[in-house]
Amino acid sequence: MTQTDFTKLVLPFKDKVFRLAKRLLVSREEAEDATQEILLKLWKNKQKIAEYKNVEAFSMTMTKNFCLDRLKSKQAQNLKIVHSNYEEKNTSLEKQVEARDSVDWVSKIIEELPEQQKIILQLRDIEEYDFDEIAKVVEMNPTAIRVALSRARKTIREKLTNTHRYGIK
Amino acid sequence: MVLNSIEKLLEKYDNGETTIKEEQQLKAYFAQDEVAPHLESYKPLFQYFNTTKQEDLYTKDVPAKTKKSYIYQWISVAALLVLSLGIFTTQFGDTKKTFSDLSAEEQIAYNQAVEVFDLVGSKFEQGESNIAAFGLMSKKLSEGAENFEHVSEFSKATNKILKSKKKKQNKNK
Repeated sequence: MTQTDFTKLVLPFKDKVFRLAKRLLVSREEAEDATQEILLKLWKNKQKIAEYKNVEAFSMTMTKNFCLDRLKSKQAQNLKIVHSNYEEKNTSLEKQVEARDSVDWVSKIIEELPEQQKIILQLRDIEEYDFDEIAKVVEMNPTAIRVALSRARKTIREKLTNTHRYGIK
Repeated sequence: MVLNSIEKLLEKYDNGETTIKEEQQLKAYFAQDEVAPHLESYKPLFQYFNTTKQEDLYTKDVPAKTKKSYIYQWISVAALLVLSLGIFTTQFGDTKKTFSDLSAEEQIAYNQAVEVFDLVGSKFEQGESNIAAFGLMSKKLSEGAENFEHVSEFSKATNKILKSKKKKQNKNK
């Protein structure tokens, strides 16, 4: 496998890997590091790549596992990359700005979801995977995925309608 | 009509029962500017889905490089260096070989060296002629040695005579 072959293979899903990493790790830099790590791992195992049935699903699983590991180690170090912790300090003005920019608000709401739901929502609503593909990545059966997805969507909708109706405060 | 189907789709969507096509319909609907007022709260959600997919891109290079290519590059660089050095020394090293190109000090040193060599050479020749004389002498010496044999033979004969003379004298007593 040459460099060009590899780039062609990786090109269609490298953004998906990056977005999933960013969904889980929140920070852009962290997500870039994770993506690079995943691509490097793929490149190092390029001899075995032909054996994989679905390189994309495999990479997404790798990304998921890598990011969850990363989060665990960050929590162990007591270093939170989730930047929801600085919201308390700058109170009203920032929140008002956020309220106006309701698209940003959506990402805030998704950030608060449990990891499993985040992954499924990301794969389904942004990357438009079908349930079988998601099942390969998260190693769950399709019904469980459906349930998790429905929960995530309902939580988001509830929070969105609340903020829409009452504003933030 | 359209609104009705959208509402149904939204309900299905919330239950996680929509297909990807139906979800795309929903995204297309909420991408419009005009949305039914009671569905306004959904708008940012689907807009968010659309924009993240388009805007959040991994911009860095794909790290598909091997160490091997680097090694070959450095080898070629080294080879080039060696080659150019070789050409340089053969081209420009030879120009200093004629006598006039040397500096005054170097010329003096050269002349002195030549003189010394000449002197050593002449002494050596003299020495050689001396060696030739030695050779002649040794030749004569060996000739002399042969002559000694004649002498010793001669002395043998004289001894015999002397002995017989003594015997005669003893008898006479």
